Amino acid sequence: MARSKMTSREKSEFIWGWAFILPTMAGLIILNIFPIFSTIYQSFFKTGDFGKGNIFVGFNNYAKVFADTEVWQALWNTIKYAIVEVPISIAISLVLAVFLNGKIKGKGTFRTIFFLPMVAAPAAIAMVWRWLYNSEFGLLNHILPGKTNWISNPNIAIYSIAVIGIWSIIGYNMVLFLAGLQEVPKDFYEAASIDGASGVQQFFNITVPLISPTIFFVLVTRVIAAMQVFDVIYMVIDNNNPALKKTQSLVCLFYKYSFTQSNKGYGSTVVVVLLMVILLLTVLQMIGQKKWVHYN
Amino acid sequence: MERNRNKILIYIILAIMSFIMLVPFLWMALTAFKTVGESTQMDPFVIFPSKFRMDNFKEVMNNVNFVKLYYNTIMMIVLRVLCAVLTATLAGYAFARLNFFGKDFMFGLVLFQMMIPSQIFIIPQYVMVSKLGWTNSMLGLLFPGLVSAFGTFLLRQAYMGLPKELEEAARLDGCNIGQTFLFIMAPLTRSSMVALGIFTAVFAYKDLMWPMIVCPDTNKTTLASALSKMQGQFSSNYPELMAAALIACLPMIVIYVFFQKQFIEGIATSGGKL
Repeated sequence: MARSKMTSREKSEFIWGWAFILPTMAGLIILNIFPIFSTIYQSFFKTGDFGKGNIFVGFNNYAKVFADTEVWQALWNTIKYAIVEVPISIAISLVLAVFLNGKIKGKGTFRTIFFLPMVAAPAAIAMVWRWLYNSEFGLLNHILPGKTNWISNPNIAIYSIAVIGIWSIIGYNMVLFLAGLQEVPKDFYEAASIDGASGVQQFFNITVPLISPTIFFVLVTRVIAAMQVFDVIYMVIDNNNPALKKTQSLVCLFYKYSFTQSNKGYGSTVVVVLLMVILLLTVLQMIGQKKWVHYN
Repeated sequence: MERNRNKILIYIILAIMSFIMLVPFLWMALTAFKTVGESTQMDPFVIFPSKFRMDNFKEVMNNVNFVKLYYNTIMMIVLRVLCAVLTATLAGYAFARLNFFGKDFMFGLVLFQMMIPSQIFIIPQYVMVSKLGWTNSMLGLLFPGLVSAFGTFLLRQAYMGLPKELEEAARLDGCNIGQTFLFIMAPLTRSSMVALGIFTAVFAYKDLMWPMIVCPDTNKTTLASALSKMQGQFSSNYPELMAAALIACLPMIVIYVFFQKQFIEGIATSGGKL
């Protein structure tokens, strides 16, 4: 597009267009695009003690990450969290969405209740769950038999954390599914009913395939979010909790290295590894979707 | 007959789920009115406090400056919402409706930002904030929320859904692009602006890591990050912790209950438009 050939309309679109996007683009480049490269660059440096500055170490940080059992354990903790939180929260919220999509009294009230955790501060949510899980005085141990150390037993603590994650996200997923269900034509169900299909059959043969694009969308975004889990673990698991090593996620490690120990080089390496893992999982899901997602 | 039975079963499941969703909030509230003795008494287990005392609330209010925390949180939310809505409205319009050199590449950057986990930005953002001397300040809290890639995307979608004829009519009436945007197009995307505003507000309110890093000073930080500190401060005095959590959560919950439709649509349907 040669500038001399621009009509006055084109010229004015060019000027207004750039004027309109300038604040956003300047912000994005300074706040996001530059930091991506800066973090990757930083991951090749060792952050010196006492402000001695950075020492270039090439791939040393990466070699260290791959040999670091704490990082591997954190990756495994994160994956365990995601494997529990994502499918269970999706299954529960999908069923709830189907229920609320039918002729139900008090739909709005149920929706409001399920969505409630979304508007509470995660720090407050974590505190109350910690209290519910308290092994001596907690409500859960009072109701359930036995004396379980929900959040200090290294074997189960990560699952107790995942329960908080599930509880927190059900409402959000459910509302996304409800929006997807609006698109499903009602006559599909009428036809199936006439053919004698039960509610369960309808669910698996009509509902699930027809809203599979929404399920796929929720799945991809939830996996990404679950891999970044931090708030709940940080709040619920103290530094002297015996389950710490078996619960801290990659982002917890990133926080610890970067801001508690001020080793920004190593922290950057961990977060770049996290980015790679998330990209890999997303690509795998994109490939896998061809087998089960029906776009129509 | 069977239909009715199924219906009853559905109501029972929904009621149980509602109960599970509400119990943590109820337990938070009930504990906040208890004495430490009541909260740790096991035999018999105390569900309801013997009387609704305000002592725990008074105690945490004396120890923690909630007025300041609320001020910080609300200011951060308001500023982030204004910045996001303003910049995204402008950029969303340009990306949806104007043709200019470099547009596709720039929009590619917007999409790219949306796909990257946000932790990757945090260290460099923190370094910038500390070099600018903005730690423990409102500017520091606001910093990552100055612009919104997600908002730009959302508003672009909103403008793309508007009919072309509107702009042509405005143009024939002699409006320039700025006037067309300001008087004709922008007002029509009000509902998307509201959705983006609510979305931004809720996630700003919930954000924990950034305020913890950038404003460690208890009087300069937000409710979310102050709560995380209190846990150490009141260690295992759960009635006081629950009182603090309740003070931090209740106003947002009350606003939510009144505007639940806008909240749910704002957060979830904008989240679903990606």
